[in-house]
Amino acid sequence: MAESETLLETPLGGLHRALGGRMVGFAGYAMPVQYPAGIMAEHLHCRSAASLFDVSHMGQAELRGEGAAAALERVTPADIQGLKPGRQRYGLLTTEAGGIFDDFMVANLGDRLFLVVNASRKAVDFPLIEAALPAGVTLRPLPERALLALQGPAVAGLLDRLAPALAALSFMGVAEAEIGGIPVLASRSGYTGEDGVEISVAADRAEALARRLLEQPGVQPAGLGARDSLRLEAGLCLYGNDIDETTSPVEAALTWSIGKRRRMAWDFPGAARVRQELADGPARLRVGLRPEGRQPARAHTPIQAADGSPVGEVTSGGFGPSLNAPIAMGYVARAQAEDGTALDLMVRGKALPARIAPTPFCPHRYKR
Amino acid sequence: MSELKFTKDHEWVRQDGDAAVIGITDHAQNALGDVVFVELPEVGREVAAGEACAVVESVKAASDVYAPIAGRVVEVNAALAEDPALINQDPVGQGWFFKLEPKDPAEIAALLDEAAYARFVESEA
Repeated sequence: MAESETLLETPLGGLHRALGGRMVGFAGYAMPVQYPAGIMAEHLHCRSAASLFDVSHMGQAELRGEGAAAALERVTPADIQGLKPGRQRYGLLTTEAGGIFDDFMVANLGDRLFLVVNASRKAVDFPLIEAALPAGVTLRPLPERALLALQGPAVAGLLDRLAPALAALSFMGVAEAEIGGIPVLASRSGYTGEDGVEISVAADRAEALARRLLEQPGVQPAGLGARDSLRLEAGLCLYGNDIDETTSPVEAALTWSIGKRRRMAWDFPGAARVRQELADGPARLRVGLRPEGRQPARAHTPIQAADGSPVGEVTSGGFGPSLNAPIAMGYVARAQAEDGTALDLMVRGKALPARIAPTPFCPHRYKR
Repeated sequence: MSELKFTKDHEWVRQDGDAAVIGITDHAQNALGDVVFVELPEVGREVAAGEACAVVESVKAASDVYAPIAGRVVEVNAALAEDPALINQDPVGQGWFFKLEPKDPAEIAALLDEAAYARFVESEA
């Protein structure tokens, strides 16, 4: 990080420091990578109780006007027009060449669409979407709103007490509600593999809401470090690591995010590449990797086949606290992508034996 | 127990008879966070002062550990393979990394003392 760079603050910056958060630069924001408990403890706490994450750096926006859903479909292969009111969906913004500009969440709020995009891609995504809009449809970024993620098996019980309107939501359900008198927009979703909610709240009420949630039994703060190890165990992609403008939805094993109707009409950016890869198979595939022993293999570690030939690269790698073992994701040539295939991860020039493994590494426990 | 000496790469050295015991400082383990794996040098390896000769991996990242002085590796801490968390729990005791037979014991005396290391850490903050 360049020393001259000024980092942006989220509405919870003061709270993070008061809680002893270790602040680092991430996507231009000062964010807590961990609190005094440490990444390992924060990770395990999320899997056993409930953790509160500040994800206010992410880009929130709303899309309003007649034909908003159809307009958004001009930049994504997701089925937006088929998204029912009160429901949220994961989608990709694709390039004309079939790469990925970003991944995002979109919710149908009845009178408007609500979007959440990656912090590092706001400046790409919002102009891209805007350029696709017809007269009468408007995109309004919502920098005046904070976003909190409350994740873990204790969240359901907490919602029963604090926000019955949200307790009834199933995975990817969305509702407006109040928590302790504070108006929120919440979705039953997250990026840890656990049940939980992501809560959009006015910036000036964010700290009061965060404090209220942290007062609840079983809730602890967790930083970006735990968020990263949790999403990796859950087999979820990090934009910029596991997907980018060079990876296609098919290679990234995200074909499920392409609407069925869209796969008949082939009317989205990059459709030609997606169609060809679905027909012939992609050259490479995103896979899970389990190294032998305890040594982690990090992003950019080269991957070799048993015969020593290069077959790919790790894109995310680290240690999975819940598995008590190293885990990784990466791309390998399709012939090597079968579960159980033995490969070598070339860590600092030495071969670390690993096997292709199914993801998620840790089963998802979403509210069905 | 003889006094600890320190490097600006956050290693410590303690003279133990003819050998120099080497590990990472409490400041370093705290900055790294939970250690999950260490790669230690081969016994018998000759290392130069400042040479990367071990790697410590936390949940988040891998970091090199440098030889504070020149010498030959005579022993490594086998307990770290089973329990790398020793580095977090007792960085200047049970969490030691390896022992060197110093090429020139005077090199140890030339390293930072505790007060100078503390000032260095302060200046980096």
